[in-house]
Amino acid sequence: MTFAKQTASILAIVAVSATSAAARDNVQVAGSSTVLPYASIVAQLFGENTDFPTPVIESGGSSAGLKRFCEGVGENTLDVANASRRIRDREIAACAENGVTGIIEVRIGYDGIVFASQRQGPGFTAFTPADIFNALGAKVLKDGAITDNPHRTWAEANADLPQVEIAAFIPGTKHGTREVFEEKVLLVGCEATGALDAMIASGMSRDAAEDACLDVRQDGRSVDIDGDYTETLARIDANPEGVGVFGLAFYENNADRLKVATMGGVAPTTETISSGQYPVSRPLYFYLKKAHIGVIPGLKDYAQFFVHDQIAGPGGPLANYGLVADPDLAKTRARIEGEVTMDSGI
Amino acid sequence: MTDMNPDKARRSASLHRPDARTRRRNAAEKRFRACGLAAILLGLFFLLVLVATILRNGAPAFTRTVLEIELTLSPAQVDAAEAEVFKTRAYAQLFIAALQDQLETRGLDVAFDAGALERIVGQPGGTIRAHFQANPGQIGEPVVFELAASSRVDGYFNGRVSRATLQDSRFLQASDLDLVDALADAGILRRAFNLTFLTGADSGVDNPGGAGIGAALVGSVYMMFVVLALALPIGIAASIHLEEFAPKNRVTDLIEVTISNLAAVPSIVFGILGLAVFIQVLHLPQSAPLVGGLVLTLMTLPTIIISTRAALKAVPPSVRDAALGVGASQMQAVFHHVLPLAMPGILTGTIIGLAQALGETAPLLLIGMVGFVARGYPEGVVAGFTEPNSAMPAQIYTWAARADAGFYDKAWGGIIVLLVFLLTMNLIAILLRRRFERRW
Repeated sequence: MTFAKQTASILAIVAVSATSAAARDNVQVAGSSTVLPYASIVAQLFGENTDFPTPVIESGGSSAGLKRFCEGVGENTLDVANASRRIRDREIAACAENGVTGIIEVRIGYDGIVFASQRQGPGFTAFTPADIFNALGAKVLKDGAITDNPHRTWAEANADLPQVEIAAFIPGTKHGTREVFEEKVLLVGCEATGALDAMIASGMSRDAAEDACLDVRQDGRSVDIDGDYTETLARIDANPEGVGVFGLAFYENNADRLKVATMGGVAPTTETISSGQYPVSRPLYFYLKKAHIGVIPGLKDYAQFFVHDQIAGPGGPLANYGLVADPDLAKTRARIEGEVTMDSGI
Repeated sequence: MTDMNPDKARRSASLHRPDARTRRRNAAEKRFRACGLAAILLGLFFLLVLVATILRNGAPAFTRTVLEIELTLSPAQVDAAEAEVFKTRAYAQLFIAALQDQLETRGLDVAFDAGALERIVGQPGGTIRAHFQANPGQIGEPVVFELAASSRVDGYFNGRVSRATLQDSRFLQASDLDLVDALADAGILRRAFNLTFLTGADSGVDNPGGAGIGAALVGSVYMMFVVLALALPIGIAASIHLEEFAPKNRVTDLIEVTISNLAAVPSIVFGILGLAVFIQVLHLPQSAPLVGGLVLTLMTLPTIIISTRAALKAVPPSVRDAALGVGASQMQAVFHHVLPLAMPGILTGTIIGLAQALGETAPLLLIGMVGFVARGYPEGVVAGFTEPNSAMPAQIYTWAARADAGFYDKAWGGIIVLLVFLLTMNLIAILLRRRFERRW
């Protein structure tokens, strides 16, 4: 039974080395699938340019990443959580409950959210938040009254838009992108069309009315995409009349297949996003545990490398891929250098 | 009736001339056979379509567009590059400057600038730095590099990008294609076999030319080894005990039902279990093939136990009786006679279980093996179990979700590698089965 003996001895070696190798030598990251491409670029460069091993970056969404991040401190927990939105107060509280205090916030840049359709499809070239709200809101203002959304075609929502059936593919609720879509498009559109005022006038409180503005119609004309942008792209490919929500970088990479629409008359480019003219954009973040600095080799170096001017700054590989550089990058660098945590109030 | 027409009765009783009922039965038989044949042909047709699609879409992954250029770096240049934070960019710029020099001396009749060259060359810095780190003696000597061109140039060569579809962007501009054509004529740009794809690790999303499935393949091999080393002995031991030794009572019935149910449990459940037990309680490393293998072992065990029990059941009882009759102990009867005869069936079951485990992504999602895991090859055989790594199906899934269409080819190419790996595993199983096969 030499095979059994060999197997047993190999397994024993593995078990011993697994316990002795518990000192993890790589940075472990998880979180937003929007930040993942940028993080993967940085991770590869970090591995190529330093003596540290390449960090492991998992995806799964901002909320899922932050939840795992807040599970505790120790080598079998995450070092860094990527997020396409800011960490929420209740997430900080959940972190604190599990002993995760001293979170360092790092803003890496901005990401634009664009509306795009098939290149050869109908002429979706200009949207306003009001158009999107009228087409996709659950309840809209029609003939002076709040009703369930009656619009079947884009032209019914706005006569300037093509006369085709409404079919929109928007990010699902587990994506950080959804929140930006709701706040910067639906809510703005709700106000612009007067639906918000009408809801308040009908006796709703302001908060309830704002919540009602964020509801998306459930009759199948608006489809939540829980996967990646590639899934949205596949849906657009299959549906010539579909309109999808993408990240700017994803659109630019697939500009030969997609046609982007302006929002409120502004075309999405890195320039219009960084100047704030293009309205639908959001900052991207990652969060790291101060307690892990010095324990996990290369953690602080990874953070410093990420926001180095040559990496995340203008003209760097991240900007080249589609990230809109953060003008305040120097401040972020100083914060990492001094290991300034969020609770220190700076 | 027969009395009234004896002639007719005799005729219908003839074996040479079938009567109406026989004809109907024969027709039914023919229809049934035709249905069976049609089913097989349909299956073959779909298999053919599938294989053709995979081969057509995956073939581009095995070649890539490379720039072949001779580069000489002086020690001073290397030192200056090493002093930077972003060293690989410094190397890339040295490379572009050298390329520009060489093109100018050659006298290309197309106007170009460094910006256009930068858009064409892709991400050469990492490869160049790695080469000089590994061979410091070659600093100062001319070295011929074969470096992957950028994703869109690669697309132009394999037909994914054309002048008609190219949108001017910072990735590549239509005017750059003239330069690309000129470089191709000069023999600097050409298609070459993509060894990096077979041996390399994953690369960042802006560098499809540098991505490879080799590291993920190693991860899969390690996981399969863990599964084989654990699931096979545990599975066989459990089946032998249940089949040959355990008394038939309520407890064993319950165990039997549980095993059958476990075989039908979705694999993601085992992933959650693995996360909770192996990582959070036992503190095994995250993203490690060891944990992946353990999770897949849990998933594979029921399959192996069920098929092993079926194989043991199929051994005729006379073999056991004869062995016991000539004085063998029960253990001797099992190990000397029953198990060898059941071995082909056990191997078949094991290979089905392994194949299932090889293609599994869902449980790996939860233990951190899906995402960007580009560690490269493990340092040493034992470290391979504990160092972070991905697995082939996870790697394919990751590539398919990336924005750059260059990775889409890679995903298809990865499927080919995965299938070849699977076929090799099956081949080994068939060879082993041939060796173990005994007739009685």
